[in-house]
Amino acid sequence: MKKKSLVSIHDFSKEEQLRILELAGEFEKTPNSSILEGQVIASLFFEPSTRTRLSFETAVQRMGGRVIGFADANISSTSKGESLMDSIKTVALYSDLIVMRHPVEGSARFASEVSDVPVINAGDGANQHPTQCLLDMYSILKTQGKLDDLHVAFVGDLKYGRTVHSLTIALTNFNCTFHLVSPEELKLPSSVKQHIKDKNLKYYQYTDLMEAIPKVDILYMTRIQKERFSDPVDYEKVKNAYILTRQMLGNTKPNLRILHPMPRVNEIEEQIDTDPRAYYFQQALNGVYVRQALLAYLLGLKS
Amino acid sequence: MENIKIKELKVSAIENGTVIDHIAHGKVLQVVKILGLEDFEDQIYLGANLESKKYGKKGIIKISNHFFEESDINRIALISPSATIIEIKDFVIVKKFNVQVPSLVQGIVKCINPKCVTNQQKVETRFEVFTIENRMRLKCHYCEKFTNQENFDFN
Ligand SMILES: [Zn+2]
Repeated sequence: MKKKSLVSIHDFSKEEQLRILELAGEFEKTPNSSILEGQVIASLFFEPSTRTRLSFETAVQRMGGRVIGFADANISSTSKGESLMDSIKTVALYSDLIVMRHPVEGSARFASEVSDVPVINAGDGANQHPTQCLLDMYSILKTQGKLDDLHVAFVGDLKYGRTVHSLTIALTNFNCTFHLVSPEELKLPSSVKQHIKDKNLKYYQYTDLMEAIPKVDILYMTRIQKERFSDPVDYEKVKNAYILTRQMLGNTKPNLRILHPMPRVNEIEEQIDTDPRAYYFQQALNGVYVRQALLAYLLGLKS
Repeated sequence: MENIKIKELKVSAIENGTVIDHIAHGKVLQVVKILGLEDFEDQIYLGANLESKKYGKKGIIKISNHFFEESDINRIALISPSATIIEIKDFVIVKKFNVQVPSLVQGIVKCINPKCVTNQQKVETRFEVFTIENRMRLKCHYCEKFTNQENFDFN
């Protein structure tokens, strides 16, 4: 079997993406198994991301596999100056698959080229985080029963948010309509909008969140970071406009679900957590099933 | 008579080899660099700031006894898409063509993204070439960021 890695969501065709979502559904029904018995998964976190790491490691353990690795570059040999190539080549000899998070952009692609075993990119700086994209797709599919013809709102930092970019581009394969809510300074880059245009799909831009809420099936919230503004006054002006409160949910479609890549700071009022439209905790759990599906698929245990 | 003589000097013919003509103004030394001409043993003539009817000012390079692979010589298109390649054998032009922008570029250009793995580790750059309204953009195979023509920095 030819080795296949997942570095960017575009490495998978639409059919492969749908297959992963289908497998994730199987793992949700039966999370515990021993299909990974005897396999060693390397979990290399050159920068800490507890949430993503625990999700991957849970996925491995639920299928009876074993995990080696580190949670922080300070305890790896990179702190002694070892090149990334040497680290990856060595670990590829020890393990059956590598999960890697690294702050350097493009490092995951490079690792996938020097490794003899599959590599899953668990985030390479501001570049790609494809498992987040797949778990978002799975969450949309599960809550809406389909991915096609949906109205999806993205809210907050649409300029720098890599999860928003990847998910937008992935959803252009499914005839979705996009509602883009952000301050002027943080609008979706034109390169991403071009993908929407290329597929002859529609997008609408708003600065007022209330305008978009009644129209959509999915409300995807993101965090706005103060550091993104050159002038702190501009941040102060907009910071409260993109916080979702209970009052704002008076008039929504009945099937609306609220997603967030987590961790949240204050973008969604805690009161909303118990609302049936809040889906972000379940969304995080879905990440485990999607990662189980990916591990099994890339190891050739499921096709 | 005198005019003709001067002209002969400018375009002093080579018996065998390659002439790179119509190099964009100010780009001759960059062409020398990306073709690695410093390491050549045979005679090389460089001309810069020459008058050109078509381009105002142009540069020219003549390399004796050397013929390039098209894939190598097409690298020049990254610097000067206007360049023409003339191959000469026994003082006769045997081949003449314009450089073509390659679809893939390996090495040669740096990625503009300082956080890119190619700028942080010993990794050769690789790009996919896009041309939009006559401007070249290189998409990094690794970090997926675009480097625009005006930002090309040659290794
Ligand atoms: Zn790059």
